[in-house]
Amino acid sequence: MKSDLLSLAKDLVAALENGDQIVADGLLDELAGLRETQLFKEIGRLTRQLHDTMVSFSVDAKIAAMTEHDIPDAKERLQYVIHMTEQAADQTLTAVENLVPISQQLNDRVALLSGKWGRFLDREMPLDEFKSMSAEISLHFKESKTGLEQVQSGLNDILMAQGFQDITGQIIRRVIDLVQELEISMVKLISISGRRSGDPATVQAHTELPGPVVPGVDDREGGVATSQVDVDDLLSSLGF
Amino acid sequence: MKILIVDDFSTMRRIVKNLLKDLGFTNTVEADDGKSALPILEKGGIDFLVTDWNMPGMTGIDLLKAVRSNPHLANLPVLMVTAEAKREQIIMAAQAGVNGYVIKPFTAATLKEKIEKIFERIEG
Repeated sequence: MKSDLLSLAKDLVAALENGDQIVADGLLDELAGLRETQLFKEIGRLTRQLHDTMVSFSVDAKIAAMTEHDIPDAKERLQYVIHMTEQAADQTLTAVENLVPISQQLNDRVALLSGKWGRFLDREMPLDEFKSMSAEISLHFKESKTGLEQVQSGLNDILMAQGFQDITGQIIRRVIDLVQELEISMVKLISISGRRSGDPATVQAHTELPGPVVPGVDDREGGVATSQVDVDDLLSSLGF
Repeated sequence: MKILIVDDFSTMRRIVKNLLKDLGFTNTVEADDGKSALPILEKGGIDFLVTDWNMPGMTGIDLLKAVRSNPHLANLPVLMVTAEAKREQIIMAAQAGVNGYVIKPFTAATLKEKIEKIFERIEG
């Protein structure tokens, strides 16, 4: 660059000394042109720098917002997932613990009675024992009915406990979306600071539906039904 | 009585299906979103619709609107069973013509109560 300028300047001096006006004008134009290209280059560089800084500002702001709000929010949501899965496991285990002795008891009694019944069929049973067996069978029917009702209700509890999978699935999906968004922002930031080319994937928008209410997170600002009673009240106020 | 259960989570469909069986409704069909539910409804023979709200493809609220705007289905009883619990959403569902609204997580007793209430109204 410098040598270009110097040789042009020397040529210009020589041309002027020789009184060669046409050559001198041409050299002057060339000198000015050289200067302008440099200026444009510099403006171009500054513009690019400004643009990059602005983009990195917006990425920074986004990451800051995520760190301040979305990540603590996600943590609370994941805590709720732990709480729900724990509750479901508890509910299921309690039901099983209640059911096993019932089924065991029924099983024992059936074994006992079927032994006696075999002896009766083989005509090996005295009348007195038959009478007591009849009473035992009557009792067994009664107890079986109660026991099986308990089994039915316990099975129902186990069934209902599985509802956690839907709720927690929805919550986890949202957290995955957040992690993905964060990842994209980080990649963008790295690509700006590292001046690497390549367009990161576009940021995925949040699902527009609010989804399951997480107690202590979603009900802080009101406007949500936290129980079926709330829903029923609202609907009846609408004439339902 | 043939009931269509629409939910994108198969666990939830199974729960609802089993609860309905317990209530004496054994004839059920399933769909995983509004898009797959609509052709089943249009084919006819469904007497009751139980649907979730938030589903990929076509949401429950859109399914409800589609049902109400179809003259063959307009009177189909619809129960919404969903985790969506914002006041505006419940109001939106009511305005779209839902017959009952149950929020998740729910109990067997709640589902039973709402279903019975809907049938009482239809018969009464």
